Amino acid sequence: MSDFFYRVHFYLFGLIAIASALAFVTRKSPVAAALWLVNTMFSLAAIYVMMDAHFIGAIQVLVYAGAIMVVFLFVVMLLNLGHPDELSDIKGTWGKLGAGLLGLAILAQVMAMARSQAPKELIQPVGEAAKSLRDLNAVGVIAKPLFSEHLLAFELTSILLLVAIVGAVVLGKRRST
Amino acid sequence: MNYDLSIPMQLSAALLPDLLLIGGAMVLMLVAAWRDESAEHQRAVGIGSILLAAGVLVMVLVQGARGATAGPGVIAVDSFRWASDAVFLIAGIIALALSIEYNSRERIDTAESHVLVLFAVAGMMLMVASRDLMVLFLGIELMSVAVYVLAGMNRRSGRSAESALKYFLLGAFSTGFLLYGIALVYGATGTTNLATIGERINTFNLQQTPMLLVGIALLLVGFAFKIAAAPFHMWAPDVYEGAPTPITGFMAAGVKAGAFAALLRVWLEAFPGVYSEWHKAVWWLAAITMIVGNLVALQQRNLKRMLAYSSIGHTGFILVALASGTSQAATAFVFYLLAYTLATMGAFAVMVSLGTSTSPRESIEDYHGLWQERPGMAVAMTVFMLALLGFPIFGGMGFFAKWYVLQAAMQAPAPQTRLAVILVITTAVSAGYYLSLVIAMFMKPRPAGAAPLPPSGAWSRAVIAVSVIIILVFGAWPDPVVNLVNKHSSLGTPAQTAMPRPAPETAALP
Repeated sequence: MSDFFYRVHFYLFGLIAIASALAFVTRKSPVAAALWLVNTMFSLAAIYVMMDAHFIGAIQVLVYAGAIMVVFLFVVMLLNLGHPDELSDIKGTWGKLGAGLLGLAILAQVMAMARSQAPKELIQPVGEAAKSLRDLNAVGVIAKPLFSEHLLAFELTSILLLVAIVGAVVLGKRRST
Repeated sequence: MNYDLSIPMQLSAALLPDLLLIGGAMVLMLVAAWRDESAEHQRAVGIGSILLAAGVLVMVLVQGARGATAGPGVIAVDSFRWASDAVFLIAGIIALALSIEYNSRERIDTAESHVLVLFAVAGMMLMVASRDLMVLFLGIELMSVAVYVLAGMNRRSGRSAESALKYFLLGAFSTGFLLYGIALVYGATGTTNLATIGERINTFNLQQTPMLLVGIALLLVGFAFKIAAAPFHMWAPDVYEGAPTPITGFMAAGVKAGAFAALLRVWLEAFPGVYSEWHKAVWWLAAITMIVGNLVALQQRNLKRMLAYSSIGHTGFILVALASGTSQAATAFVFYLLAYTLATMGAFAVMVSLGTSTSPRESIEDYHGLWQERPGMAVAMTVFMLALLGFPIFGGMGFFAKWYVLQAAMQAPAPQTRLAVILVITTAVSAGYYLSLVIAMFMKPRPAGAAPLPPSGAWSRAVIAVSVIIILVFGAWPDPVVNLVNKHSSLGTPAQTAMPRPAPETAALP
């Protein structure tokens, strides 16, 4: 029964994610496209939660659907680009055809890879994720490796963000002369 | 000294030069932001940056001489890392010295530009140190983000802005390939640690796993964009042409060297077990890059574009070392990198010293008859061109650089004879454009009515003199550099022993 329940929800959120993503790339108005992307992010968050990655699901909603998309919308609003018909960047038939073919190629690649079997030693045993979730709780599962084995990567990310901010300020600063 | 990288204190000790550079760069950034923009402040921050980089260079050389090692972990402590670090720092110091002069002439008073060069060097140092795909990726991004901004540093020039935007968009695009590749390699092996990837490929027989192979292919495409290997080189000439000249030199030498060092480490530590799979791809990449780079360079009349295509050609030469897939390649690679960095940066230094803000001296015609007006500059430029060509004696290190790459290619378990032949032929082709500049400088008359050459600045003259001396001295006496790299097992050890005998080249050819 729970397997059936899981399946129904997986297909439900999967279909919503794919449909919203299609709507996202085909809308001409940037605002509508951004809102469809929010929808995709929400469905992805639901799928993460179903995979026992509760914290990632929550962060997905907070950071991507929340912060980043709001910034997108602000930029669209501040740039005030005018009517959607004039600024559509969807290129002609060849562009659409090329993009479609590329998408199909990536889809075929994902399908092919889904069929390949990983060695048994590398697959996490069933129930392992749920167990570590119980032991360490949703935040602990992320926090423990993040602040131990991936500490260096974590600190370097802050340097990277610092350099990105400094770079943006340097390029955006108004000249005094 | 053997560092245990699971203890944070020892990890920091193993990363001391990198951390010092990042920490010092942050302090300099505060200093840069402290005062209003002015030419003096820009120069002061630039001198501070040079001193910091020189200090870190000394530290790196000391670390290299001490020969420390490290246990398994996220970073490597080996002589390949220290030798590559030294090359990056030299490229950074030269770029800083030229930037000080160039910025005062072009009235770019942004002191932060020097700090960004330091951060880019720190990114390169992390790339070559990393034994973990995540740290590697962060290093690449740290370097790239800093260089995107540097390319657009001249805000009065539309071309500089175009260059920065193009570089940013294509860089972001290639980052996508890189990340996708990393994700697939992780999916196939369950780890991002290079040594563990290498072990697992052999223990679990993952050689034919589609996910791993697609991952490696995507990683190769991502790296090919960063090192500007044909057919992923389209962005390079436009970006190099538009960026400020010292930054162009830094991109052509330092950025390329950093991406190459990371490529070599990933390929030789994580993927030796699948040599027969990736060898074909690297073989074609090397062959096409050598041919395209050198043939297109023949047609260029703009010196910056010519050097851009020449740098693409050199990418192909270095890829030959990678195609041989042995750790001897790492030695040849570091030597090549040092020679190439000094010669390329030296050539850009001559352009900086002869240019003015109204006439940047970018076309070959500007160098006609240089011998009559500036004999010293003409001789220095000749040394750089001969070094890039790989001419014996007068080309100094350049000759040995090509020699070691050929040696690595021929002495590999699977000799790369055909690649070596292409290398020699394309080198002969490259004489067509390197020597034509030399002929123009010595034999063509100075055009009537040419604008007088400005007096050269002290910074660029110092850079040119030091580069010429190093190229000639180590060209006559290359052993110290080779020993520095060779001293201790040059590239990571665990995966090396697991390397199976590669397939002979004939089997890899289509």
